Amino acid sequence: MHKKTIAELSRSLQAREFSSVELTRHLLSRIDALDGGLNSFITVTAEGALAAAAAADERIARGEGGPLTGIPLAHKDIFCTEGVRTSCGSRMLDNFVSPYDATVVSRLKDAGMVMLGKTNMDEFAMGSSNETSFYGPVHNPWDLKTVPGGSSGGSAAAVAARLAPVATGTDTGGSIRQPAALVGITGVKPTYGRVSRYGMIAFASSLDQAGVLTRTAEDAALVLEAMSGFDPRDSTSSPAPVPCYHGSLQESLEGLRVGVPEEFMDEGLDSENRAAVEAALDVYRALGATVSTVSLPSLALSVPTYYVVAPAEASSNLSRFDGVRFGYRCDDPADLLDLYQRSRGEGFGDEVKRRIMTGTYVLSAGYYDAYYLKAQKVRELIAREFRQAFQHVDVLMGPTTPAPAFELGAKTTDPITMYLNDIYTIAVNLAGLPGVSIPCGLVQGLPVGLQLIGPHFSEARLLNVAHRYQQESDWHQRLPVGY
Amino acid sequence: MEWETVIGLEIHAQLNTVSKIFSGASTAYGAEPNTQACLVDLGYPGQLPVLNGEAVAKAVKFGLATGSKVARRSVFARKNYFYPDLPKGYQISQFELPIVQEGKIEVVLEDGSTMLVGLTRAHLEEDAGKSLHEDFKGKTGVDLNRAGTPLLEIVSEPDMRNAKQAVAYMKTIHTLVRYLDISDGNMQEGSFRCDANVSVRRKGSETFGTRSEIKNLNSFRFVERAINFEVERQIDILESGGKVVQETRLYDSVKDETRSMRSKEEANDYRYFPDPDLLPVVLEEGYIEDIAATLPELPAQKRARFIGDFGLSAYDAGVLTASRELGDYYEHVVERLGGEAKLASNWVTGELAGALNRAGLDISQSAVGPQALADMLGRVVDNTISGKIAKDVFEAMWSGEGTADEIIDARGLKQITDTSAIESVIDQVMAASPGQLADYRSGKDKLFGYFVGQVMKATQGKANPAQVNELLRQKLAG
Repeated sequence: MHKKTIAELSRSLQAREFSSVELTRHLLSRIDALDGGLNSFITVTAEGALAAAAAADERIARGEGGPLTGIPLAHKDIFCTEGVRTSCGSRMLDNFVSPYDATVVSRLKDAGMVMLGKTNMDEFAMGSSNETSFYGPVHNPWDLKTVPGGSSGGSAAAVAARLAPVATGTDTGGSIRQPAALVGITGVKPTYGRVSRYGMIAFASSLDQAGVLTRTAEDAALVLEAMSGFDPRDSTSSPAPVPCYHGSLQESLEGLRVGVPEEFMDEGLDSENRAAVEAALDVYRALGATVSTVSLPSLALSVPTYYVVAPAEASSNLSRFDGVRFGYRCDDPADLLDLYQRSRGEGFGDEVKRRIMTGTYVLSAGYYDAYYLKAQKVRELIAREFRQAFQHVDVLMGPTTPAPAFELGAKTTDPITMYLNDIYTIAVNLAGLPGVSIPCGLVQGLPVGLQLIGPHFSEARLLNVAHRYQQESDWHQRLPVGY
Repeated sequence: MEWETVIGLEIHAQLNTVSKIFSGASTAYGAEPNTQACLVDLGYPGQLPVLNGEAVAKAVKFGLATGSKVARRSVFARKNYFYPDLPKGYQISQFELPIVQEGKIEVVLEDGSTMLVGLTRAHLEEDAGKSLHEDFKGKTGVDLNRAGTPLLEIVSEPDMRNAKQAVAYMKTIHTLVRYLDISDGNMQEGSFRCDANVSVRRKGSETFGTRSEIKNLNSFRFVERAINFEVERQIDILESGGKVVQETRLYDSVKDETRSMRSKEEANDYRYFPDPDLLPVVLEEGYIEDIAATLPELPAQKRARFIGDFGLSAYDAGVLTASRELGDYYEHVVERLGGEAKLASNWVTGELAGALNRAGLDISQSAVGPQALADMLGRVVDNTISGKIAKDVFEAMWSGEGTADEIIDARGLKQITDTSAIESVIDQVMAASPGQLADYRSGKDKLFGYFVGQVMKATQGKANPAQVNELLRQKLAG
């Protein structure tokens, strides 16, 4: 049962081959048996899941089920879930039970999906390896000694280990695509504004975007369609109508113009990883696409630019965690300053503090122009280079990460090395573009991903391009041993 | 040495929208603590602000009414600082690109002269909550009902040169925002308050002195007293060879003094940056035109019209246009009365204003409506009653005894205008006062008043005073 995709599960549920309750029980027992070694869940909501599954079964019995009714899923613990702890991977919110549902959560609930629980993540989504979580690191099911990537590492590991057919994620600098690549699944980061941010705990508001981690592009299309669209409670959500992503999956790629940024294929890229990407490009050529080289000269600036913009916004976004109204509060504060300093000092981990300090610094009087303002200008420059590239090509392709998963602890001592792991994904967030990562090979037994980037609101085309590849390849069907 | 004072004001006017500037919670005043704060106002994780269009419309009204530039594109920014009554750890305000820029307003001073005060800007922002330090035994209570209430912060140029000008300017803005119906201007409830930037310099100097900012003044009286105190304090420092420190000060109305709150060195670095949760506010030309079409007659226009059309003094016109409601009331009286603008003005600014004042009511709560007052004044005009009797009739109307005519009838107050009737009373009075009559005729002119009084007394005040005067003069002359 757990090996089926959402599309297959949906057909089985509609045909009453098994019920949603049976499916949910099965996955809960897998989580019980297998997640000890992965640590992909922070909270498992078995009781709520079984109740939702029973309700979904009734809905299906009445003939009112949709394509997602009764399908289990896991939510990254950054999405607020009513009545369920929403920790954001932090001690700061270890005691926080959200009084409301995020729009993503309520939309998928309305579609009949069954929440199995909340997945582990880097603290406040700040990290690329899932090692900054207050709840301990997540292990990559392909090799428990390695990381699953981050920050949506729990979601990625859970889907790769077949503990859930789909999990939600958020992507601020690569946090969906990078872990998807490192565990061999499909990850979609939609256009900024495509999915509501309401109820998604903010890291960097101008970069954060919710998306999905699934095994196939087809599954991603089904779930993304249900969670996308304008939300009056998020002023930055787009009013553009949501196309039927599922309906265009089969379109021909004849004449598709693929651009490969030369900056993506430089010496920083692992040679075997490069070979996997090039093999994937050959598949596209065979499908009728033309492949050309393009240039994004300012790409090298994307990491430093990101590490000004994102911490600046984060330093402000995380000010609300002050020990006054919710979340962690230190014991016996002597006065207000003590309350602030110890609640935040004890409640936040090192990486979060590092970014709050960086962000506070770049926004300070006398530094604002040199850092924040300049970063905004570079950001516009990067966006412009993408726009220019898309005048000549339909989709950009390249690696998602420079190399496959690294070992736990390998990069925790040097934040800069860790930050550079996102070199290929970060520019996409700065430009607000949609990006997809699909599995395209194994390097030393570990998955690597092919990244697809399109113009704003080109999700339908990207999913179509990803889907056609998955019809020609089986990387997305490979299972880590033991799962 | 001669010193010159330089004053600029930052006025915070609470906009009278139904809901808050970034959430759907109510803005009504006086509810139980924390019952009007929704998850947005509480700064809950994942919550996002959504701009209330009403607040924008009201800011645009203010911009248009002051001839300011209404920005086609303005931007909300975050002002970052920690305080328990600031739930998000930042206040959403406008910084580099405010919605209203560069205007000016005419201010009428006490002596009737006018001055122009420049408006640097007016920007939209959310209010913070309230910290309550009493009643919590060494702890602090936080009430977030006010958090997220829309404010328009109106920043003036440093154009004022004394406290009275500052107060006159503040009153002008106060009148304007109520005319525009963008703020209730209620100062007790904190809906209208200001910070005063005060400095002094040698007369003739081109550069400004070091200023201090006096925070949170919520009455016209306090503004005047705080500025006067501060000016003297600064002059004392300078004359004794000291230097004024740039700092924020608080006015203590009990001790009538200002005291230091924090110095420039201790001041927060607010780390302003554009709020990524909100799109820039982009206003279409048509939107601004539509709002312009809804603007009411402004106080200055109305004042000019009252002087021109009704022949009122600048002072009376100023009093009658102090609020839109008072001006409307007055015009209603004149219209019903069919003229007699001066008489109406005297009554509205005199008897009526006095009665309202004594009862602690404003014009909209008046016990005597404009029609009733006009009908009563009509009886003065047609000589049914005298102006003196009219005051009694008005008082009776105020206490609810009926219409002017009903009261005149019931009390038999109709004026005696019949010459022969008055003459016969005069004859009786003269006959009863032979001594006074003799004294008068021998040159004691002052006794004229005695005879008037006796005639009025005999007629219970109903004799037409003008006729009494004229007939008495004739008869006393013999």
